[in-house]
Amino acid sequence: MARKSLGNIRRSFAPWADPAAIPQVRFESVTKRFDDIAAVSDLTLSLYPGEFHALLGPSGCGKTTLMRMLAGFETPDSGRILLDGQDLAGIPPHLRPTNMMFQSYALFPHMSVFDNIAFGLRQGNLKREAIAARVAEMLALVKLEGFAGRRPDQLSGGQKQRVALARALARQPKVLLLDEPLGALDKKLREETQYELMDLQAELGLTFLMVTHDQDEAMAMADRISVMERGRIAQVGAPEEIYEMPANRYVAEFVGDINVFEGVVDEVKGEIISLDGRHGPIILDDPDPSLAIGQTVSVAIRPEKISITLEEPAQPTNKMTGEIWDIGYLGDFTMVQVKLDGEAGQLVRVALPNRSRRAERPIAWEDRVWLSWDVEAGILLRG
Amino acid sequence: METGTSLPGRGWPAPRWLVVGLPYAWLLAFFLLPFLIVLRIALSDTARALPPYAPHWTGWAEVWGFLQALDLESFATLIADTLYLDAYLSSLRLAATATLVALLIAFPLAYSMASAPRRWQPALLILVILPFWTSFLIRVYAWMAILRPEGVLDALLRGLGIIDEPLGLMNTETAVLIGMVYSYLPFMVLPIYTSLERLDRSLLEAAADLGATPFRRFISIVIPLARPGIYAGCFLVFIPAIGEFVIPDLLGGPETLMIGKVLWTEFFSNRDWPLASAVAILLLLILAVPLFAYQHFARKEAP
Repeated sequence: MARKSLGNIRRSFAPWADPAAIPQVRFESVTKRFDDIAAVSDLTLSLYPGEFHALLGPSGCGKTTLMRMLAGFETPDSGRILLDGQDLAGIPPHLRPTNMMFQSYALFPHMSVFDNIAFGLRQGNLKREAIAARVAEMLALVKLEGFAGRRPDQLSGGQKQRVALARALARQPKVLLLDEPLGALDKKLREETQYELMDLQAELGLTFLMVTHDQDEAMAMADRISVMERGRIAQVGAPEEIYEMPANRYVAEFVGDINVFEGVVDEVKGEIISLDGRHGPIILDDPDPSLAIGQTVSVAIRPEKISITLEEPAQPTNKMTGEIWDIGYLGDFTMVQVKLDGEAGQLVRVALPNRSRRAERPIAWEDRVWLSWDVEAGILLRG
Repeated sequence: METGTSLPGRGWPAPRWLVVGLPYAWLLAFFLLPFLIVLRIALSDTARALPPYAPHWTGWAEVWGFLQALDLESFATLIADTLYLDAYLSSLRLAATATLVALLIAFPLAYSMASAPRRWQPALLILVILPFWTSFLIRVYAWMAILRPEGVLDALLRGLGIIDEPLGLMNTETAVLIGMVYSYLPFMVLPIYTSLERLDRSLLEAAADLGATPFRRFISIVIPLARPGIYAGCFLVFIPAIGEFVIPDLLGGPETLMIGKVLWTEFFSNRDWPLASAVAILLLLILAVPLFAYQHFARKEAP
């Protein structure tokens, strides 16, 4: 039940859309170079209180460097980082009100679980009883009561992850930084932990900044995702925006699967754009005023937005003929590859959900089929 | 794969007793037997003969008579004459001081080596090991040239205008300490470097992230994780230093009292083999204590 209400909270949570909202963390034109290579270049980003934000991108895109600059392990070459309005420049890591969960967990091997979690609390002048109480609270939060006396090498991967989380949360940071938090866990455990982290974040109301290369992880957990490309942000937005309205080809390709068709702009009528495609006419809606007649553009269509039929569909456009090339059964859905008719016919990926257990598949290898999609399915790609 | 789990020795009848027994046979032949011979000499009378001792025990017969006649005189002398106790204590003190000084020099050295860029580390390691390529004796003689009055050090300091009078370090305890610290420093650096080199840098970052100051990070993360290396280094320096003979003989003065030197004097100058053997046996017993302590710590540190 808690999860259901959580969904409702999440839907109504969008401080970035409110111009009056005050960001908690602000990266302002931040640049960081390592040996002439810009890991982060002129990047501006705001995080809002209580937001679960994911930095998503391939390795080397600068996402980890950006997070490490907030923690204080790297210093920006230019630009500034603000936390609650305060410029963090010159503040060493141990004085910053952020805490980080490390990718390798970085648990102190010579200390018990209790001492690991108490480590941060002992750096202040808390009383012994207060520390013990806080550690017990943290152990309860991550469901590790009874493990206080264990050493890290006596824990499983999932348990280590929880200790690392408890240790990072013990000091009540303003922002919790998570560096590939689920990277070291196996698939099943990863999914469970994913939901636990989301519940925990909603419960604590903390701002989370997560670094991940896993798009599913980012999509499932984050309120907003920053897709990063070579030190810059390619797009910031809610998971649905990133997926359904990717800003450019890079984002469309990195997040999810796409089929790309090229076409020449034929007619622009308000928001309805007609293209003359190689495999037939394509119509899509996109309010882009910069399109000129005769310009060549790319259109992306997600595999699950395409229908396969044996009969010709009634719609006049957005349909193509081809031959079934490959069928990959994946359990929850089947990925079908269709080779379009014509010279050097391109391969199109179509995802068919498997709604019924026993229904026979309507299509087989080498069947001649029609592919079709709605006007709103096409994504005009820029860049 | 299930059937492939072969125990060592299956198929080929590996004589396990041979593998296990060889080191023991080695120890028996080259450690225990010589030790028993030394013990036999220690329990003898001095004599004007060749070899200059008269053994009480010549065979397995008359064991009771042997036990009755056993000569504990050498051990009694060790206790009665304070020279030997002083020499033991002085050796302990010098060895402990040398160990401490070596630790204070070696730790920052090892730490900076371990923090250096990875591609430099092999070269730095070679620099630490390099002195071993020259004979130990020659290196100690070199120190004589450095420390002697009007030697290299005096000349240098005088040239820089730091001193007017010669330091007069040669033939003092300080010279012995310098020699021992210099000679045994690599034995301290290498184990500490090894343990620091393995230290996961993200642990230090995690500690910083959790609010620990650089000093606290050093005390609660670096030192505990380097502890096995520190123990190993201390024992590797302390144990040879305590019985050191060459360095006090060459660099030390008449007042430098070290048990290794006493042993040499008893053996070669005074030709009192029983007494020298008794000194050696007591030295061995004294060294056994820290060795067992080390074994104990090493076992505790092992995961």
